[in-house]
Amino acid sequence: MTRLADLLALVTGDRQADRVVPPTGISAWLTLFTAGAMAFLTVFALALSLAAGRLADRWGEELARSATLRISAPQDQMEAQTRAALKVLEETPGIATARALSPAEQRALLAPWFGPDLPVETLPIPQLIEIVETDEGFDPAGLRLRLQAEVPGALLDDHTRWRRPLVRAADSLRLLGWISIGLIGAATAAMITLAANASLAANAQVIAVLRLVGATDHYIASAFVRRFTLRALGGALLGTVLGLGAVALLPDTSDAGDFLTGLGFHGAGWLWAVLIPPLAALVAFAATRYAALRTLRELA
Amino acid sequence: MIELDNVAYSYDFGGRELFSDVSLKLSPGSFHFLTGPSGAGKTTFLKLCYGALRPSSGAVRLFGEDLGEMGRDGVALSRRRIGVVHQDCQFLDHLTVRENVALPLMVAGEDVTAEQANLAELLSWVGLSERADALPPELSGGERQRAALARAVIMSPDVVLADEPTGNIDWEMAQRLMRLLVELNRMGKTIMIATHDLGLVRAAKSQVQARILRIGGGRLQLAGADL
Repeated sequence: MTRLADLLALVTGDRQADRVVPPTGISAWLTLFTAGAMAFLTVFALALSLAAGRLADRWGEELARSATLRISAPQDQMEAQTRAALKVLEETPGIATARALSPAEQRALLAPWFGPDLPVETLPIPQLIEIVETDEGFDPAGLRLRLQAEVPGALLDDHTRWRRPLVRAADSLRLLGWISIGLIGAATAAMITLAANASLAANAQVIAVLRLVGATDHYIASAFVRRFTLRALGGALLGTVLGLGAVALLPDTSDAGDFLTGLGFHGAGWLWAVLIPPLAALVAFAATRYAALRTLRELA
Repeated sequence: MIELDNVAYSYDFGGRELFSDVSLKLSPGSFHFLTGPSGAGKTTFLKLCYGALRPSSGAVRLFGEDLGEMGRDGVALSRRRIGVVHQDCQFLDHLTVRENVALPLMVAGEDVTAEQANLAELLSWVGLSERADALPPELSGGERQRAALARAVIMSPDVVLADEPTGNIDWEMAQRLMRLLVELNRMGKTIMIATHDLGLVRAAKSQVQARILRIGGGRLQLAGADL
């Protein structure tokens, strides 16, 4: 309750108490700069973490329910084997749809490596069949056995082999982002604690005078805590705005490759960004309060 | 009000005992001089009286409460009933004289704007009306002492403790400050002044009935007969 009252007092303020501690130059700028720089970095770590999360979710969802059948056969048998494979797939429980990719779709898949004008019809490239599973899914081992018997040129790829490392990588990236945010928060707390300690040490005489006239530790601490919290809030606001501006300048989805796309904030992601300044202020509040009360205890 | 019962005090480092077996009771409306040579422990004694130091042994009671059982906030609240004037005054140099004098009101959460009339009256009483908006470094030694006295009494404390209040000022200003302290005593305040200036004590004897204590050789004793 005391902490809540302290937080409320921060908002309402006490002009008399604010005047008691002299304005300090270096610690004021250090707090402002630290909070600003850390908020700027937090915006990037947050954007990275959210983007990695979205990527992991997308890869997980999109690829989990799909598989690809690749048919490698001589050109004169290709059509027959494709038909046979589609028939097998239609009869396999757990498969919602199966369709052979058109030459245009296969060309589009190869375009990043061979360009858009590749004559796929004349080249001995495999025929791809896209499989979409039902919620229950199919039995890949059973399907492979049946395909081996009826469509000798067919090779089933259920994406598991390469999907899992990708999703794991994206999840790791997301975790790394959150760890970075935690470290940034801890570093902010450490820097603000140092600045607060420096300010308290520089104001030992002020503290002595305040004690002489009957100030409680709570009153003295509040005078420092309010100042540092508001500075951190101001710095973090500035850093967050600059960080969001920088993120907004990153290439758009349509302009770049798939991985770096969407490194911005979407939907509820904005809420996280908006939370950065108040969270920085909260960190500063806790760090300064801890430093102030500890210093006052030592000075007693 | 303030009671010391068999108090001893030793420094933390080195452990030299400054004094021991000291007992004293400051009763309401009394006037005390605490004399003794430099280094005898006058300042330490006063600090024990307002809870800035804790005794090595024995008990200090502030307004009936044992200092040993009081937390820092308890001591702070007691200090609002004790006005302290230091030799070096101890002001906040970035605040004006008016704000420094009002400081005890601020820390007690009082509305200073509502106390402006009292504040003006107090500044007038100590002769600092014209210097109310000056900063402490701009004041002379005598003005600083009078400002410190005004700050010490703004909360209308029960006790005023003054540590060498005339140490840095000329004789005429010292007499003026003494008259203010005597006037406070006549208003019912308990006063204790630590000083090594026996001339000041002799001069004050004609104005007020005071107990004169001498601290030295590790003991506190009545010293009226010496003066």
